[in-house]
Amino acid sequence: MKIDPFANHASALKLRASRNEVLAGNIANADTPNYKARDFDFAKALANVQSGERSNSVRLLKTQPEHFGATAGTPSDPDVGYRIPSQPAVDGNTVETDIEQAAYAENVIGYQASLNFINQKIRGLRTAIKGEI
Amino acid sequence: MSLNRVFDIAGSAMAAQSARLNTTASNLANADSVSGDPNKVYRARQPIFSAEPSFATTLQSESASVGVRLRGIVESQAPLGQRYAPEHPDADENGNVWTSNVSTVEEMVNMLSASRSYQSSIEVMSTTKELLMQTLSMGRS
Repeated sequence: MKIDPFANHASALKLRASRNEVLAGNIANADTPNYKARDFDFAKALANVQSGERSNSVRLLKTQPEHFGATAGTPSDPDVGYRIPSQPAVDGNTVETDIEQAAYAENVIGYQASLNFINQKIRGLRTAIKGEI
Repeated sequence: MSLNRVFDIAGSAMAAQSARLNTTASNLANADSVSGDPNKVYRARQPIFSAEPSFATTLQSESASVGVRLRGIVESQAPLGQRYAPEHPDADENGNVWTSNVSTVEEMVNMLSASRSYQSSIEVMSTTKELLMQTLSMGRS
């Protein structure tokens, strides 16, 4: 039996951490002229990591089964895009602090949820190893 | 690890915002200062922020997160005021003195905006710290 109970949550944690960094950059640059807010689609990024693919990247065309498939970047790098602002500022800044803070809170809760799941699984494994409750 | 980078980013934002608070304090303090020479009058100072690394660099590199850099402090080019004050020792032959071009309302708004942004950065930092602590104690509960 193959036990890899953390695989999904480990990659989810990694992605949550890098999204945390991106969103922190947005909040930090709330007053920087011409700064464009960035973000990525977490669900899509996680799906890409799980399937080992990277969307929007340039791939080599495989016309023969012997050809190597090569992609740019690693699957763990999410495709970071630019947020479409609902109210762009005159100075070219597209950060909307309230939206960023909401996204940040959502991301932090997702991170803690993944942590909780991992902790629960560790506890379950421990119980199984000890054989007592 | 990317969670550690958040401290750099939030820290750079806090440094930039506190520089902005400093200029606001200096502008408000000098809002009423006058001079007889238009070249020596206090002019409002404004900080210039830019993203670090720059926007063009982030387009090429994989890292999407950027901190804030204080690029410099510029003096406002808004027109100076003039006031008739013949009793002032620095007054010119017409009895006028030059007043600074600090806009008190603008500075108050700047102060509020800077302190809100500073608070956001602190919030980001303390939340990230909590996440890191929880990550460190993973599996211990």
